[in-house]
Amino acid sequence: MTQLENEIQAVKVEVVSMWNLVESQLQKSRTALLHFDRDLAREVVLKEKRVNAFELKLDRDCEDIFALYCPVAIDLRFLLAVLKINNNLERIGDIAEGICKYIIEAVNDFDQSLFTKTDMTRMFDDSIKILADTRIAFEKEDTILARSIFKRDEVLDNINTNAMARVSECIKADMNVVEDALYILSIIRKLERVGDQSKNIAEEIIFYIEAKVLKHNQDVGTKI
Amino acid sequence: MESTIVKSVDYNAYFGDNHVVKNVNIEIPRNCVVAVMGPSGCGKTTFLRGINRMHELIPGATAKGKIMLNGEDVMEMHPIFVRLKIGMVFQRPNPFPNLSIYDNVIAGYKLNGIKLPKAEKDKIVELSLTRVALWNEVKDSLNKKGSFLSGGQQQRLCIARAVAMEPEVLLFDEPTSALDPISTSTVEELFHELKKNYTLIIVTHNMQQAARVSDKTAFFYVGELVEYDDTKQMFTNPADIRTQNYITGRFS
Repeated sequence: MTQLENEIQAVKVEVVSMWNLVESQLQKSRTALLHFDRDLAREVVLKEKRVNAFELKLDRDCEDIFALYCPVAIDLRFLLAVLKINNNLERIGDIAEGICKYIIEAVNDFDQSLFTKTDMTRMFDDSIKILADTRIAFEKEDTILARSIFKRDEVLDNINTNAMARVSECIKADMNVVEDALYILSIIRKLERVGDQSKNIAEEIIFYIEAKVLKHNQDVGTKI
Repeated sequence: MESTIVKSVDYNAYFGDNHVVKNVNIEIPRNCVVAVMGPSGCGKTTFLRGINRMHELIPGATAKGKIMLNGEDVMEMHPIFVRLKIGMVFQRPNPFPNLSIYDNVIAGYKLNGIKLPKAEKDKIVELSLTRVALWNEVKDSLNKKGSFLSGGQQQRLCIARAVAMEPEVLLFDEPTSALDPISTSTVEELFHELKKNYTLIIVTHNMQQAARVSDKTAFFYVGELVEYDDTKQMFTNPADIRTQNYITGRFS
């Protein structure tokens, strides 16, 4: 292997490590939410600094490779993709942190029945699975799996679209859940962003492997 | 980038039985910089030397196929005329060591027995040196020997010597490989200026140079033209895996 290949391999390992951390953050934020575990939520908030540190390190490493090796073709596309994936992962880390901050600041435990009524639990599970699958697509350079993310993001979009109506119904049925319902609506909005970020990552994976730009393509969901 | 100025049709070159350039078909647009790259021994320099009929100067060297200049087969033209129309600059700066800077620039006229009035020669010297961004540096020392200049200046003097003959095409065989980074940068800047008036074909081992200076890039491998495309395309998404392996340093 050339030195550039070694450097790129090292970046790939680092991205996967960051990915694992972000997945773990999202998973823990789910557990913290479902069990209303404030300690776990605080842990997620603290660990967000590690996600940020990963982002800065990856940015620096990519910058060094650009400066020292002048990468071209697939190497160039890989590094360009990593810079964006890095940014997307950091945002997902922020989302996990944001959800945990809601748990910390909420006065009372959330009404658990709202989770299922609003489809939030399912949305959380799907978000975590989508993020994990984008990582697998990245590791295995699997563009078919990456393309499958587009359709699955639509499921999250649908839950998000219907969320307002569902939350309204819950509030109309019981005015005591107003505060909880608003928190849950905010969490659904955040989870919808996880889907968007995962979709962006999937686009970057396809760009890096196939040199195809799918960004801003309205028909992207049907191109599987 | 408009019409085609140089075109090769099924061009093959040989050194004795050694088939070094294989069936190359390429069209070079006017006022375009084309970089030719490939590993050592891939035939890129042989192809370049075929364009202005220098290949045939080597004993045992033969060629088949056509090289067309403005639609005319160069093999049917007088070789001297071909070389007037297609100038060449080599790897190492090679000004005539005993000639002054002035005489180096107009050496092409002298060697071809073309006599010009002094005023016209002065004009050619100034214009040629200006075109290679050397005039301001040497205008007060035109009578000094060309060999007193720095390596980068000598190379620009050689380019001025080629430019003085008003060619249409300039061939460069690794023109900056003997130069330091500053001189290399000056010559590369010059390429951007020169392409306004000439078509440039540059053989280079320096891939970043190919990426920086050329509009189109040709990749040769074991005598074949593997890929020829816009430089941006070649360096971001080459079509052929051999090109990708070469430019990313994974070649085996």
